[in-house]
Amino acid sequence: MPISVTHSLLIIAVTVLCSLAERWLPFLVFHGREIPPLLRYVGAFLPMAVMTTLVFYCVRGISFSAAAEWAPQVIAVAATAALHLWRRNMLLSILGGTACYMLLVQVVF
Amino acid sequence: MKKALRFSLRRSIPVAIGYFPLGVAWGILMQQMGYGAPWCLLVSSTVFGGSIQYLMLEFFAAGAALSTVAVTVLLLGSRQIFYGLTFLEKFRSYGKWQWLLSFLLVDEAYSLFCGFDPKDEDIGKSTYLITGLLGWFYWTAFTVLGALAGRLITFDTTGIDFAMTALFVVILIERLQSGPSCLPAVIAAASSVGCLALIGPDGFLLPSLLLTVAGLVLARPVLGPLLAQKEAS
Repeated sequence: MPISVTHSLLIIAVTVLCSLAERWLPFLVFHGREIPPLLRYVGAFLPMAVMTTLVFYCVRGISFSAAAEWAPQVIAVAATAALHLWRRNMLLSILGGTACYMLLVQVVF
Repeated sequence: MKKALRFSLRRSIPVAIGYFPLGVAWGILMQQMGYGAPWCLLVSSTVFGGSIQYLMLEFFAAGAALSTVAVTVLLLGSRQIFYGLTFLEKFRSYGKWQWLLSFLLVDEAYSLFCGFDPKDEDIGKSTYLITGLLGWFYWTAFTVLGALAGRLITFDTTGIDFAMTALFVVILIERLQSGPSCLPAVIAAASSVGCLALIGPDGFLLPSLLLTVAGLVLARPVLGPLLAQKEAS
C-alpha cells in the first residue's frame, strides 16, 4: 500500500460522503415539499436528453486523425442502432453491437 | 416479486457484460497497489461508481489531500443530481426506499430505468430495487473477483466495454420512439458537440448537462404543451 491504512480509510470515507450527498441532494432538497412545475417539466424530458449526452460521453475520446480512432466506434454505434431499429430486441442489439466492436478493434483495425 | 426478478435479471445482462471488464480490471489494479479483496469489497459496495473508483486509484497512489478528494468527487459525480431529478417523483412515492434507490442510481441503472415502459403496470418498486441491486451486486462481485483471480482471465476482452455504449444507444432509440418530440435529444446533442469542441473530452460533461437543462427551460413553450397532452392521454 502506498499510504497508511488510516489515510486510505479517510479517502474512502470522504468519497462515500461526497458521492452519497450528490445522489441524495434532490431528494433532501424537496423532502416533504411540493416539486415545482418547472422541475417536473425538466425531469420529464431529461431521460432523452441525458441518454444523448451519455452516448457522446462514451465516444468522447474519438479523433478524426486516423481511421482506427473513430471508425470502430462510429461503425459499431451505427450497427447497434440499425440492429435495434430492425429487431427491437434490446439484448440482441447490445450483444450484436458489442461483438461488432470487439471484432473491429481486435481484428480489423 | 418472482416476475420482477426474472425481468430484472434479463434486463441487466448488458450491464453485467459491461461491468465485467471494468470491474475485474479495477480489482486487479487495486490488488497490484496492495489493496486486496476486502478493500475492493469495502470500496465497491459503499462508493459504487466506476469512474470515481478509477480516480480513487490515483488518490491512493498519490496520498491525495482530503480536500482534493472531496472537490474531485463532487465534480465528477455532479451528473447524479440530474439523475435524481428525473426520478424525484417516482422514488419519493416509494417512501424510505428512495434513499436506497437514489444511491443505486448510477449511469447504467439510470439508463435501465429510463428504458422501463411507463405504461407497463407490472413495473413497480420491486422492479426498480431488484434491477438497481443487481447492478450493485455485479459491480462489487466483479471487482472482488478481479482482486482474487484477475490473472486467471486470459481471453482477449478488448472492446467488451462497448456494451455500455450500446446500452445507452439502445435506450436512446427507445426514448426517441416513445417521446412526444425529439427536440430534447437535439438540444443535448448540440450542447454536447459544442462543449466537446470548446472544452474537450475531459471536462465537457457537466457544462453540457447544464447547457442542456438551460435549453430545455427555454424550449418549455414548445415542449410543455406536448407533455401536458401526453399526460392527459
